Amino acid sequence: MTATTALPAPPRRVSPGATVSQTMTLAWRSLVQIKHNPWELLDLSIQPIMFLLLFTYVFGGAISGSTGDYLQFALPGLLVQNALFYTLSTAIGLNTDITKGVFDRLRSLPIARTAPLAGRVIADTFKQVWAFALLVGFGMVLGFRLTTGVAGLLGALALLVVVALAMSWMSVLIGLKASSPEKVQMIAFSVMMPLTFTSSALVSPDTFPGWLKAWSDVNPVSHLSDAIRGLMIGGDVASPALVSLLWSAGFVVVFAPLAIRVFRTRL
Amino acid sequence: MGYAIEAEGLVKHYGETKALDGVDLAVPPGRLLGVLGPNGAGKTTAVRILATLLVPDAGRASVLGFDIGRQPHQVRSLIGLTGQYAAVDEMLTGVENLLMIGRLLGLPRRGARQRATALLERFDLAEAGGRAAKTFSGGMRRRLDLAASLVGRPKVLFLDEPTTGLDPRSRTELWGVVRGLMADGVTVLLTTQYLEEADQLADDIVVFDHGKVIATGTSDQLKATTGAQVLEVRPLAEHQLELVAKVVTDVVDEPPVVAGGKVTAAVRDPAVVPAVVRRLDDLGIVASELALRKSSLDEVFLALTGHRAEEPEKTDEETYA
Repeated sequence: MTATTALPAPPRRVSPGATVSQTMTLAWRSLVQIKHNPWELLDLSIQPIMFLLLFTYVFGGAISGSTGDYLQFALPGLLVQNALFYTLSTAIGLNTDITKGVFDRLRSLPIARTAPLAGRVIADTFKQVWAFALLVGFGMVLGFRLTTGVAGLLGALALLVVVALAMSWMSVLIGLKASSPEKVQMIAFSVMMPLTFTSSALVSPDTFPGWLKAWSDVNPVSHLSDAIRGLMIGGDVASPALVSLLWSAGFVVVFAPLAIRVFRTRL
Repeated sequence: MGYAIEAEGLVKHYGETKALDGVDLAVPPGRLLGVLGPNGAGKTTAVRILATLLVPDAGRASVLGFDIGRQPHQVRSLIGLTGQYAAVDEMLTGVENLLMIGRLLGLPRRGARQRATALLERFDLAEAGGRAAKTFSGGMRRRLDLAASLVGRPKVLFLDEPTTGLDPRSRTELWGVVRGLMADGVTVLLTTQYLEEADQLADDIVVFDHGKVIATGTSDQLKATTGAQVLEVRPLAEHQLELVAKVVTDVVDEPPVVAGGKVTAAVRDPAVVPAVVRRLDDLGIVASELALRKSSLDEVFLALTGHRAEEPEKTDEETYA
């Protein structure tokens, strides 16, 4: 008789039901923080609102002739910018967990290996939806007119969520690789900022010099912005939406295997 | 037969560095093994391998009979891990941190809450339980971290430098907690840089240096391996220190260490004590302290490795050994 035989045999692996429940527990964990730190929600909201106000009232008149016209043009682009920036919060959260040791604690528990990642991504998707609703609501207060109805709005939300989920694979990779959460923030700023500014998100690229216009035409942010704009104020949707979805698929194909490999081997 | 933790020939490289260079460990159920060694000796690497966080390059290990490589899920359901830094979610309250672990381990909502409350009570955190963990002091965080690793009632507990950076009072408190766990029959593997800690808590000690086990035994056995006892003489008048050193040198035949107002020398023959006393008496030197004691683990470590266990730049206000 050894000590081992006296113990009840632990289960060999995690059941699908348990996986779902563990994922939800970890999503809860990311969201319940908002209760203690309502500022986080405000952080999440204040930057896009500030952008919305600044762009509308500072540049709006100069760019579009009137602030109202510019708001109509820019709100969909601001939604895109915000969603893309926000995908990196997955990286920041994940990286914080790793550097603080929380990630090791979770990995030492008998839970599904995917639960920590999936839980975080689900929580971040909730936050995405919140930021979207807030920005659209605030935009409407300022005079934005949704001309395509609720279906268009939901379509825009759905497309943004799909793209954000695809991009969260890149975010996971950055989160696993970066040495500190501050680094993640730096990467986010230095990649996302130029990417959105050189697209059709905030201004019409018609006045760009030729080389920049050429870049803007292939910039995935342009396609996504055009699609969201089409879904909210009318215009061509099918082709830019398709291109955006193809880009998303590309992102998954490239970054998902890389992220999974690093996830499995790094730590 | 029936070791709670067993490892054979564990090897782990990080690039050029050999973090572990063939480590064997065996801990019988219900015992506390102290893994003693300086920073970078490979202690944490060993713990991470045994806790299934890291795959070794070579060697095998098992926890309560389950292989860490082939049956990691079973191993995880039997172990608790408390890392070097307190791995609690700072944004969550104490209660929520434990609630989260309980729910992850499959406890029903109520059960998880009861377990969280009981553990907070036990670790003297009941009052602070509703506050975000980021407002906790260092000692409170460690206790919460330890509580988190106990939610699943582990049979084997890994404590990786649980008191590093803690003030002496929190350290003593944590020692009390660990002793309580031992009374519950939990098997513990504890790593530490503090010789006093290993001396206080461990049933058995292994000494790590450069990824290898360089000595094994109980605290007393290790102290006996150097075969030496330590003679300490402190003159009442400090200006006589050099004279005392000369006397000790003459009697012991080896230059002693002169520091902190006293003379310290390793001796093998207890008969040197009366000899020293006679010589001091002849010279009219009054000793305020004269003792023969077993060598401390620090001295053992120095004898084993040729360097001290703790980094000299350690600024802890407390001195160990």
